[in-house]
Order: sequence, then structure tokens, then C-alpha cells
Amino acid sequence: MNASFSIAAIAAVCVVTLTIGALGFRLSRTTSDFYVASRMVTPTWNASAIGGEYLSAASFLGVAGLVYSLGADMLWLPVGYTVGYLVLLVLVAAPLRRSGAYTIPDFAEARLESVTIRKLTSVLVLSIGWLYLVPQFKGAGLALHAVSGAPTWVGNLIVAVVVLINVVGGGMRSITLVQAVQYWIKLTAISVPAFVLLSWWMHHGQPIPQAASVPPGQQWSQPLSGFGGVDHPVYATYSILLALCFGTMGLPHVLVRFYTNPDGAATRRTTSIVLALLGVFYLFPPLYGAFGRIYLPHLPAGTSPDAVTLLLPTAVIPGVVGQLMSAMLAGGAFAALLSTASGLTICVAGVVDQDLIRSRLRRFTGDDARAVNGFRISAIAAVIVPFWLSLAARDIGLADTVGLAFAIASSTFCPLLVLGIWWRRLSTAGAGAGLVVGGTLASAAVLLTIFGQVHGGWAGALLTQPAAWTLPITFVVMTVVSLATPKRIPRGTARTMVRLHAPEVLSANLDKQRP
Amino acid sequence: MTTDIDEQTRLGELYMATLIRAQWRLSMSVLASAAMMIGGLPLLFLFVPATRTLNVGPIPLPWLILGVLIYPAVWLAGRYYVRQSEQIEGEFTELVARR
Repeated sequence: MNASFSIAAIAAVCVVTLTIGALGFRLSRTTSDFYVASRMVTPTWNASAIGGEYLSAASFLGVAGLVYSLGADMLWLPVGYTVGYLVLLVLVAAPLRRSGAYTIPDFAEARLESVTIRKLTSVLVLSIGWLYLVPQFKGAGLALHAVSGAPTWVGNLIVAVVVLINVVGGGMRSITLVQAVQYWIKLTAISVPAFVLLSWWMHHGQPIPQAASVPPGQQWSQPLSGFGGVDHPVYATYSILLALCFGTMGLPHVLVRFYTNPDGAATRRTTSIVLALLGVFYLFPPLYGAFGRIYLPHLPAGTSPDAVTLLLPTAVIPGVVGQLMSAMLAGGAFAALLSTASGLTICVAGVVDQDLIRSRLRRFTGDDARAVNGFRISAIAAVIVPFWLSLAARDIGLADTVGLAFAIASSTFCPLLVLGIWWRRLSTAGAGAGLVVGGTLASAAVLLTIFGQVHGGWAGALLTQPAAWTLPITFVVMTVVSLATPKRIPRGTARTMVRLHAPEVLSANLDKQRP
Repeated sequence: MTTDIDEQTRLGELYMATLIRAQWRLSMSVLASAAMMIGGLPLLFLFVPATRTLNVGPIPLPWLILGVLIYPAVWLAGRYYVRQSEQIEGEFTELVARR
């Protein structure tokens, strides 16, 4: 396969990303620029930026890879990624924006009036962020391997370095401007080759996926058939659906984007546009999984199923057209993982800097250390651990790894946000107990999964898809402990509730009337 | 009036409780419908196995639902929610302003 187009596309994406990052560096001089680019962004523009940041390597490559290898049950993944925004919209969007919180630790501290809870959420943001970064790095490695044959660590390293340079140099401003355009680039990159493949398929006999040599009843195209050796497909389907639907609201890089909306109502409108943008994008990845079954029933040895999207065009369409389409997909995949990784790194670094590093740094250097240096040190910490993990962890699918990040987010931050926003009797002790219990259970399941201590059967199903039991447990712990500790309900709860739920027109009057 | 809300007078608190309850009820109704529609699909596939193999034209029904039809449905649910919750807030603001 002639890979020069694809390599050129990947190189171009990296260079453009770095260039824009460098331009952004000249624009952002102060710390506040680093944190929030601008609050004056229209809902459509903002929704594009959310979509651009959200659609990661898992969406661009991982969904097709899992649909290809595990069949129809994996169609639930993009559904879950999208419905997660619906759940977020109806449960937390406007109140979170009105809270004025920029990150989940900000919200936790404001709502529960406790620095301990804040630190606890910071640690969780860090672990979710790390886990979510792993598949971005791995995606880069396998994409580069698929198009050029380079060892997988090379791609991992390239993306880690580009993200680090970009984040350390540019900060949020460049990212905000770029993310919105990113969505449209990604949509083009995934849809044009899909249409080309589709028309090729239409004009060349419309073959359908052949039933491979699988046990009877296990059909690739049918849901719940256990194709690919999935144990307990019904449980797995519900558990992953729960994790995705209720985990989205707890992802570190999601809340930040809402901050760029001027008010709660605009946040809602933005989110409903996000639903449309995601829905359009997710029409395409399953197509690649299906075409892979038709045209590439056997992948070359050593190739991950996650690379099936990239291999398809050259395998199907001879000549320059196929190569160009593959190059487009490779560039799009890199754009996807670079944007998600940059956004995540910024959020994780921001949280680590503010809550875990800055005070220590100051103790060390007196007041000399500029705030920005803490941010840079944090960014390095945010990237190095997932880079190591991307090399050390057991080989599981990109979208599966992302699913684990969703599982932790749904078993910790979802109960915290939902109860915090809607329930006056949430106590500091209850929230803390829930975060510790849910975080511990979900993380234990995740660690066992990624370091390969999981076998089949029910134990395997429960550990690889933990959300169905960890999410309810966290809700129960938070509720029961809160009811048992009514004295630990934050004093300002009533006032916070007004702030979260009252339309801004009224809150503005409130502020004016305060001395 | 807004000072009432601010100072936690009983009337202000009552207003806020009403607003929060109305929003909560709306959120729950949207979530419950989505849960029934989306969460019911695996059960449908489980208990009516014929739906797994049914084809609509060249496309298997599960693929048509999960791959295409579900997205506009989710978008419409989102739009419905946005309209309704803005209406609740509009009415609340009007109520407070009138007093």
C-alpha cells in the first residue's frame, strides 16, 4: 500500500495544530486567557466546539473497530455517546452553567462548601482524564502503524509531544477557536470517504457481510447474539449504556465548554444543537464497521480492528482515489485525537495545577513562581502517565477504554452533580462517602480490566462493564449517608439552590441589590 | 420581589421550590420517556427475537433503529425539553415580576 498520502495528511494535521497553537500563544498572555478563552460565543459555534472536542479517537476509529469485531451490539456505543448529552441537558446543563463553576471541583466546593470534597473530585478528574487520554495516544499509534508500518509507540509519542507543546504554549484560547472548526473537519473527513465507499458498493453488486464460521445463533449483524465471544450481552449492553448516558456529564473536558455560554438558557440551546451534530457524525462510523465485514473479513496479522476504518478505502478502491480517501481518514483521525487530547490535557492540567500543585510550588519557591509555571508542570504530569499507560496496558479496544473512563465518571460525578443540583439534603459527608465508595469500586474494576486480571463469565462481565452496579451503589451511599448526617448539610444550600435554578434575569437583580 | 428570594423569606422559598419542582418534573418526564424508548430496545430484541433478523429493505431493523432513526428522535427530545424548560422559566420570571 502506498502510504505517502496518509503520512503527509498526518504530518499536515500535526503541523497545522502546532502552528495554530503557536499563534494562540501570542494571543494568550495572562492566566485568565489560559483558562477561559471568551464567554461571548454563539450557541451554534459553541456546539461545534463541543462536538469538535468530544469526537475523539474512540468515535472516529474505535466505534467502527468494535462494530467490526463484535457486531450489532456495539451500535449502542455511539447511541450512548449521544444520549449522554441528552441526559446532561435535562439534568445538569443550565444549573451547572449558572453555578459559575469552571470545573467539577469548582462546583463541588461551591455546592458542598468543603475543600476536602474539592480535593477528592480533583483526584477523580485526574484519573478520568488519564484514562481518557490513553486511547487517544493508542489511537495515534495504531493509526500510524496501519498507514505506514511504523512501530505503534511512535504514534503514541508524536501525539503526546504535539499535545504537550500545544497545551503548554497555547492554552485555551487557541483551542476554543480551533475546536469549532475541528468538528466540521472531522465530519468531512469521515463522511466523504463513506459516501465514496457507499457509491462503490452500490455500483459493484451490493454484497452483504458473509456469515463467517461462527457458532449458530451468533450472527455478526444481530444484536445480543454474543458474537465475538461477549459473555452476558444483555447485561453488557445495559451497563455500557448506563455508563455512557450518565458518564458524559462527568467528563472533565465537557463542563469547561459550557462555561463559554453566556447563560443557562444559551447552554441548553447549545446542548440541543450538540445532539444534532453528534447524531449526524455517528451515522458514519458503523458504516465502516459494516464495510469492513464485507471487504476485509480478515485483517492482516498484527493489525488492530480499530484500524479497519483506515485500511478500507485502499483495500476496496484501487488507485489514487482509495489512497486519497485513506489519507483523509488518517488526517481526520489525528485531528480527532489531537483535539480531544488537547482539551482533556488542558482541563486535567488546570485542575492539578489549582488543587494539587500550586500551593506546594508556592511553598517551595516563595511567591516567585508564576501561576503559569504550575500549569505547565501540571500539563507534563497530565500527559506522561497516560502515555506510559498507553504502552503498558493490556490491548483493549479504544472505545472500550473510553467506556471505562465513562464508567468512573458515571459512578462518581453523576450522583454528585444530580443530587447536588436537585436535592437540598445532600450533606458533605454523604457526598464524600459516595465519591470514595463509587470511585474505589469503579477504579478497582477498571484497573483489573486494563491490567488483564479479568476472565469470562459473570465476574468478567461485571468488571469490564461496572457501571450497572457501581452507579446505583454510589447513589445509595450518597443518599443514605446524607440522610444520616443532616447536620452536615452545607449552610448555604438554600442560597446555592437559588443560584443554580433561578433564571439569570433574576439573579442579576439579586447581585445589584447586594451592597 | 427578588430580595424575597435572596433573603429566604417564606414566599421566596416557596417560589423557588415550585420552580425547582416544575423543572425536575419536566426533566424526569423526558428522561423516563427516553429510558422507555431506548432502554426498551434491548428487551425488544431479547424477547421478540424476530426483530433481530427483520429486514427493512436491505438494512436489518436493529441497524436502522440504532444506526439512524434514534438520532433524530434524541434531537427532538432535546428540543422539546429546551422549549418546555424555557417556558417554565418565562412563567416564573413573569410571576416574580408581577408581584
